[in-house]
Amino acid sequence: MLLRHTPGEISERGALTVNPAKTCQPVGAMYAALGVHRCLPHSHGSQGCCAYHRSALTRHYAEPIMASTSSFTEGASVFGGQSNLLESINNIFTLYNPDIIAVNTTCLSEVIGDDLTQIIGRAAADNKIPKGKTVMFASTPSFKGSHVTGYANMLAAIVQSFAKNTGRKTDRITLLPSFIEPSDMSEIKHIVSAMGIAYIMYPDTSDVVNGPLDGTFRMYPKGGTPRALIEESGDSRCAFALGRVGTLSAAKLLDTRCKVKTEILDLPIGITATDEFVDCLRKTAGVSVPESLLLERGQFVDVLCDKNQYLYGKKVSLSGDPDILLGLARFCSDAGMKVLHVVTGTPAPGKFADRIREITGGDTLVKVGPQADLFYFHQLLQNNRPDLIFGNTYCKYIARDMDIPLIRTGFPIYDRVGHSYFPITGYRGGLHLLVKILDAIMDRQDRDAPEEKFELVM
Amino acid sequence: MVEVLAARQKQVLEKGRDSYALECGKASTAGAVSQRACVFCGSRVVLYPIADALHLIHGPIGCAAYTWDIRGSMSSGPELHRLSFSTDLSENEVIYGGEKKLYAALTELITEYKPKAAFVYCTCIIGLIGDDVDAVCARAGREQGIQIIAVHSEGFKGTKKDGYRAACEAAFRLTGKDNDTPVSRFSINILGEFNLAGETWLIRDYYKRMGVEVACCLTGDGRVADIGRAHRARLNVVQCSGSMTSLAKMMKDSYGIPFIRVSYFGIEDMTRALYDVAEFFGDEEILRRTRDFVRAEVGSLLPGLSEYRKDLEGKKAAVYVGGSFKAFSLVKALRHLGMETVVVGSQTGAPEDYEYLKEITNEGAIICDDTNPLELSGFILEKGADLLIGGVKERPIAYKMGIAFCDHNHERKEALAGYAGMLNFAKEVHCSVTSPVWRYSPARIKAAEERGGALP
Repeated sequence: MLLRHTPGEISERGALTVNPAKTCQPVGAMYAALGVHRCLPHSHGSQGCCAYHRSALTRHYAEPIMASTSSFTEGASVFGGQSNLLESINNIFTLYNPDIIAVNTTCLSEVIGDDLTQIIGRAAADNKIPKGKTVMFASTPSFKGSHVTGYANMLAAIVQSFAKNTGRKTDRITLLPSFIEPSDMSEIKHIVSAMGIAYIMYPDTSDVVNGPLDGTFRMYPKGGTPRALIEESGDSRCAFALGRVGTLSAAKLLDTRCKVKTEILDLPIGITATDEFVDCLRKTAGVSVPESLLLERGQFVDVLCDKNQYLYGKKVSLSGDPDILLGLARFCSDAGMKVLHVVTGTPAPGKFADRIREITGGDTLVKVGPQADLFYFHQLLQNNRPDLIFGNTYCKYIARDMDIPLIRTGFPIYDRVGHSYFPITGYRGGLHLLVKILDAIMDRQDRDAPEEKFELVM
Repeated sequence: MVEVLAARQKQVLEKGRDSYALECGKASTAGAVSQRACVFCGSRVVLYPIADALHLIHGPIGCAAYTWDIRGSMSSGPELHRLSFSTDLSENEVIYGGEKKLYAALTELITEYKPKAAFVYCTCIIGLIGDDVDAVCARAGREQGIQIIAVHSEGFKGTKKDGYRAACEAAFRLTGKDNDTPVSRFSINILGEFNLAGETWLIRDYYKRMGVEVACCLTGDGRVADIGRAHRARLNVVQCSGSMTSLAKMMKDSYGIPFIRVSYFGIEDMTRALYDVAEFFGDEEILRRTRDFVRAEVGSLLPGLSEYRKDLEGKKAAVYVGGSFKAFSLVKALRHLGMETVVVGSQTGAPEDYEYLKEITNEGAIICDDTNPLELSGFILEKGADLLIGGVKERPIAYKMGIAFCDHNHERKEALAGYAGMLNFAKEVHCSVTSPVWRYSPARIKAAEERGGALP
């Protein structure tokens, strides 16, 4: 049987990753680039990379994902990818006419040693880049970090390429979200708008990868942050980066290069983290929290208290990406749930584990980086069984093997819908996540209850 | 008119208008949003269904992550193929070489899982950093006492087709091992059938009922031991010709086994595939059983099909699939449902394949090689297709345009091969085409208004 392959006994593995809890950088870079309006992600490498990234994103969002590729051949890998990229730039502007081409590198082009700055400079010198259009790039070698690193690198490259400090400060604040769903990006915008604060947010994949069916296939959907706004973010009065691992390098750049004071916050997942976010916004903008947000908060708290007996003391195990994991750990702690394990294949600074334990109260097992894979996660669970698992679609094997309910969070989710429309951030997202958790727990209780304890009212 | 990249002009033609031979087998134009994948992808999908072998992907993590259990190739026994194993190379190994890590990974894995054989897939950078993967495989293999095969599938070394060839070379190395287990005088191997949604089981049963033994299926529900005795079968039946003709040729050269190309999709092609085998053996009993079997199957299939056909008559279809043989079958199968194919293309077709597609389609049909979403959506619109048949990357394009879709690729959930598969296919197409949900698509509403008619 599938995954009965996983032995409970944990042995040291030095060289091997089994059932990875991460994927490679370029897919994250591609996702970040999709959050810029009329930007075409371009994969500088073999065709397969681009096909895999597009398939992964297509499966996760159930949307067409557009990206082009340099289509490396044997020749390119010997003589370098310059001619492929020059030809690509020419073809892309001729046929697909984007405003921006966002190139991500691959392990192949990195090892060959293609100098993207030089190649793009050459394209500009040869007049291959039409006036007003831009080709920019992020270095995203697949042998370093993970998809979250790739997202972070592309976001930093976007700041680098576009944000300008003209010396005239505006009253807007800039928001840099980590690798989250389009629904969460919408929810963050909703909170800031509700507080009456002028803002710029990028990337913004809402209305790009969760667009409507209107009978037309669009290369460039309606959403995505317009380039002009990204440029103006360099003049914003301050900035908040939401989720450290996915935004740190971009935040630093915006701060040092454009002198925009940038503060890094946790993703607003759960009551306390959302309160912190709202409070930061309130203080910065000098506004009061509107009734509408208080109502959303109140409803969330109401359900949390009403049904707390189903959550309090429940044991959970989390796998996924660091920024979301931190948020989920906060959410669970807020609700009185006990976090047994946190596993991520994405490298995160040493402080990450400390923060998690600070939040959860000490004895959570945190595993980060190499060999932090789902095979290991499964082993941990066999040794200390939780009541609930949080993780991506791949965790369904573990959930099935151990008969533990799974709350699908993070990337990728290939087997359920909803994540691109219903958030887990903010108060409304918190309520939505809470309802999902309660449904899972109550369904399980109903399924397992002896007839005399099978309750109508729960 | 749909705009086509200058370099691709000859990769698209309209029957009746353009007289040139379609260009194909080319590397995709740089910068195109190609739907194609790479050499590694080709090797991985072909070998993946061998369920009792270890599949270790040597390279950075992505290639393993993206190919973890994405192909619904079912196994009746072991499921080792459904796990994802990677050497997860990091910067250090890229600089100093990954051989040590590969050796350690192989040793750990084989000790733990005791597979019957192992494949090590070389991804892009292995070809650059110069790991001697063959040497590592040979050493670990000697120590562990199993065959470990390096699959040279560096992504950039060609197209997906070259990956098929690398996979065939790897699979070939497992053949010729077992000269003892009895093999019937009426025995065949099936090549290029991957047991998606259990299709191999269906087809195996058909041959069994004819009195023909399937010695080995490459690679659906595959086992290393079966491949070891494949060289003693009398005939190779190649189903997915794009992927496995090269293995059939190798087996012909080395073992003298002749091969035929077949398709298991659609009534004519499925029937042909059975008769071709029966006629090859020329045995009266087998021929009789084949006739009886086909008559019974087709007889019970047709009434069901004609029910679906009532609603589908006159509808138009677009087909974009990986291999051209499948495209042939789909054009014919759709005709059985009363549907006309107005756009048809493949990722890897050969010149003669496209000529054949020209023969079996109507005037005005668009035939294309290695298309991309912009072109494809343009053709669909221009020709007014009601249905698109394709794979994962095509599905959302169809839905965004508000037309029906049928997955004829890795993600199909129902068997589409064989007679039962034809009925499933009709059911799926019917279910999607006649669904009431398309009436909410603005494009459909507009098209209906222009026709002056109501929505279906």
